[in-house]
Amino acid sequence: MTDRPNGFIRALLRQRLGMLAAGWLLLVLLGALAAPVLAPYGSDDADLAHALDGPGRQHLLGVDPLGRDVLSRLLYGAPITLEGVLLAVAVFVLIGTALGLVAGYFGGRADWLISHLTDLVLAIPAVVILLVVLSIFPVNRFAPMLAFGLLAAPGLLRVVRAAALSIREEAYIDAARTFGIGPIRIMARHLLPRMASQIVVQTAVFAGVALVVQSGLAFLGFGPRPPAPSWGGAVADASGVISRDRWLLVPSGAVIALTVLALGLLGDAVRDASTQRWSAAAAGPGRRSSARRQPRRRSAGRQPAADRSSALLAVRGLTVEFDSPAGPVQLVNEVSFELEAGQSLGVVGESGCGKTMTAMAVLGLLPAGVRVSAGTVQFDGHDLAALDTSALARLRGREIGYVSQEPMIALDPTFTVGSQLAEAARRHHGLSRPAARQRALQLLARVRLPEPAVVSASYPHQLSGGIAQRAAIALALAGEPRLLIADEPTTALDVSVQAEILALLHELRRETGLAVLLISHDWGVIADLCERAVVMYAGQVVESCELAGLFADPRHPYTAALLAANPQLAGAGVARIGVPPLPLPTITGTVPAAADWPVSCHFADRCPLVRADCRQDAITLIELAGGRQCRCVLVRNDPERVR
Amino acid sequence: MLRLIGRRLLVSIPLLFVVSFLTFGLISLLPGSPSVTILGPTASQQQYQQLDQQLGLNRPLWTQYTSWLARAVRGDFGDSLITGDPVHKVLTDRLPVTLSLIAGATLLAALLGVGLGIAGAVRRGRRADAVNVISLAGSAIPNFWLALVLVATFSVSLRWLPATGYTSLAAGPWPWARSLLLPWLALGLGGTAVIAKQTRDGFAEAMSMDFIRVLRANGLSERSIRYRHALRNAAIGIVTTIGMVFVGLLSGSVLIETVFAAPGLGSATVTATSEHDLPVIQGAVVYFTLLVVVMNLLVDLSYGWLNPRVRR
Repeated sequence: MTDRPNGFIRALLRQRLGMLAAGWLLLVLLGALAAPVLAPYGSDDADLAHALDGPGRQHLLGVDPLGRDVLSRLLYGAPITLEGVLLAVAVFVLIGTALGLVAGYFGGRADWLISHLTDLVLAIPAVVILLVVLSIFPVNRFAPMLAFGLLAAPGLLRVVRAAALSIREEAYIDAARTFGIGPIRIMARHLLPRMASQIVVQTAVFAGVALVVQSGLAFLGFGPRPPAPSWGGAVADASGVISRDRWLLVPSGAVIALTVLALGLLGDAVRDASTQRWSAAAAGPGRRSSARRQPRRRSAGRQPAADRSSALLAVRGLTVEFDSPAGPVQLVNEVSFELEAGQSLGVVGESGCGKTMTAMAVLGLLPAGVRVSAGTVQFDGHDLAALDTSALARLRGREIGYVSQEPMIALDPTFTVGSQLAEAARRHHGLSRPAARQRALQLLARVRLPEPAVVSASYPHQLSGGIAQRAAIALALAGEPRLLIADEPTTALDVSVQAEILALLHELRRETGLAVLLISHDWGVIADLCERAVVMYAGQVVESCELAGLFADPRHPYTAALLAANPQLAGAGVARIGVPPLPLPTITGTVPAAADWPVSCHFADRCPLVRADCRQDAITLIELAGGRQCRCVLVRNDPERVR
Repeated sequence: MLRLIGRRLLVSIPLLFVVSFLTFGLISLLPGSPSVTILGPTASQQQYQQLDQQLGLNRPLWTQYTSWLARAVRGDFGDSLITGDPVHKVLTDRLPVTLSLIAGATLLAALLGVGLGIAGAVRRGRRADAVNVISLAGSAIPNFWLALVLVATFSVSLRWLPATGYTSLAAGPWPWARSLLLPWLALGLGGTAVIAKQTRDGFAEAMSMDFIRVLRANGLSERSIRYRHALRNAAIGIVTTIGMVFVGLLSGSVLIETVFAAPGLGSATVTATSEHDLPVIQGAVVYFTLLVVVMNLLVDLSYGWLNPRVRR
């Protein structure tokens, strides 16, 4: 990715503000270099008769109190101002980059020493040290800028160090090292180019700060000796006559502010251009959810009453897509299933098959940019798409509870478990604070935690994975929902803890008649808890069946391969359809990215039984005897046997 | 908690030593000696040497530093070379001015910054753009220039507020606030920009965390998710930034106190700098560093409160 500078420059050019900023900076630079040619008057030419004249034809930006042309003073002041800034920037970049690379790349004692020095220097109020420096070198206007560069360098150092730390862990750096390439060469050839844009961003921002500081010092009279022109000095000249003439504040202030602004915008443009490139390389919807709420589909509200399902949850033809730069990409394609009250249904498939997206669509919590484009979700006979956001929010927690995969990050780390449970209880049942606290303890007892009071007073980070997952289940139960959606609830846990959590879910089902939609890639977990399973591959349901039938007689080659990959479940049924023997008990290849899914069979590229007609047109889901469904050409041609 | 305070103090105190020694070392680089400042350029060589002897300036640097330190820990920073007043008295008299200025400006920046930042994170579109504009302007407009514009507008033209000077809090809260309002605004804008940006980014990051999805999926109210859970998680970054803004404003106060002729530590340092009044400069550095140390300590303590993982 580092070897595509053209893409980067193109991305940079697309930033209009950035280009405007670069234009202004070029103009300033030109003015500084060509001041003697461009300036209409000399820097000290005084015309006292016109002192404090406003802007006009003769003096474009007016005249200062000593009768000098403001534009000329600013032009002549530019090189004097900018050379101080340049010096500070040079020191900043050299020291910050060099020490940051050393600390990040070598680590160990060098890192320890440099990091501590950094903390120390960053704690010192810079301008105070500058004043000390000024009192020591009163006539040297470079000394304070040099010192300022030094004082600010730790800011860049930290950034470079962090970048070097992460890059040096990458394999190719190791490879370079084993080939005997020296550290200096590795830093220059491999580390620096990768962090160049970060350094540019930091430097641009610092240059702005340096300009403000340089002007500030000149304003205080510690800059170039008068009558030498400088931008900060021009502000000081204006401040002297502030009660008589306010115009004079404008040109000097504007030139400083615009230049600082331009430096900041240029930095932003470089940052955006480089991040755009990175994110373009890693295209995908991302799993982040965001504060933005999804626009809900309205049209689906016109559901004919006859179509109302008696099932607790009925998903019909659910299609979810997100907008990529190349157009909409489907993540879930016409998924349908039903779940009766008190029943439990497994959704099985490898990661990237759209299982979680399906669950999020049911909850109405799709990430920003992802939307339901077709199909319906009915809960207890009501179309969820027809509900407004607040009605949908009421449904969450009270009718549908949710348990996520990673218990350690499923609870807010800054609140105790008890306070989060109590908050949910208050929300769902309108309890008083003391009652909600009691309820929290009850909930924790209900998920079989032996010491509810201790867990209640704990923060999530103080809990083990198993206990945290029980607490998370307690949170999901706080509203006494009728349906629990559990997204890989045991994947992140130890095997022994997995069994305990599954046993708990079992008991909860028995006690409360809770329906469970269990998402997993693990047949063992599904077998433990579910009556039926839906097998998903690449956004589609490929097979759905009673669990016993599925294990005994898988019809879809993907189901068979998935079962074969699970050693303890690989049984007679697998051999029956003749898919195996696969060379290894795994499926070759990976789930293709959503953008690459064909119209025809999604599994064709990995299927051991693939034939020509698999790649021709869309394969429909075929209803088979016993309420099972399968999406395969082979089954279409011979519903009973695949051969 | 007490251990946390103790640990942070152990880290902060060396900072005081290092900074004061650094200043001491820098000052010793000074060509010529303070005797020249005190006696003027016309005294005889012998007179200079005599005064050097008297002030202990001919001893080795380390000895000079330790004897300065021995007196400094008792609060004795020597006397001003210009006025002869004890440095600690000069600076302690000025401390309330600087504290009023910085604390007020930091508070203003924190309130405005957090409010704007949240507004920018929660609403996209025009309001988020407004946050961008303010943070850009805030970082681009030099505070001393903004101070002049404010004076020109509110003091010279409208005559609403005093242009210069500082009224002590002892004279009543309103006159005190009136004298500080413009300096607070001038100093606070830059900080507002920084805090707004941090709040917006930190808030957006917190909203993208896993537990937010879980809490939402389990039916917690959107308001609680935003202002209880996301904000609390973003708070550590925001508080750190507020601490940094405070330290940055200490630097800014040097300029602002000069513009408004407020008799604070900053303007004392500027005067001392132009007069080469080294004991005052040395003392001011210690005072400024102390303020930084105290602020860092407060920030660290707030971590303990905000982040249960730090608490032991």
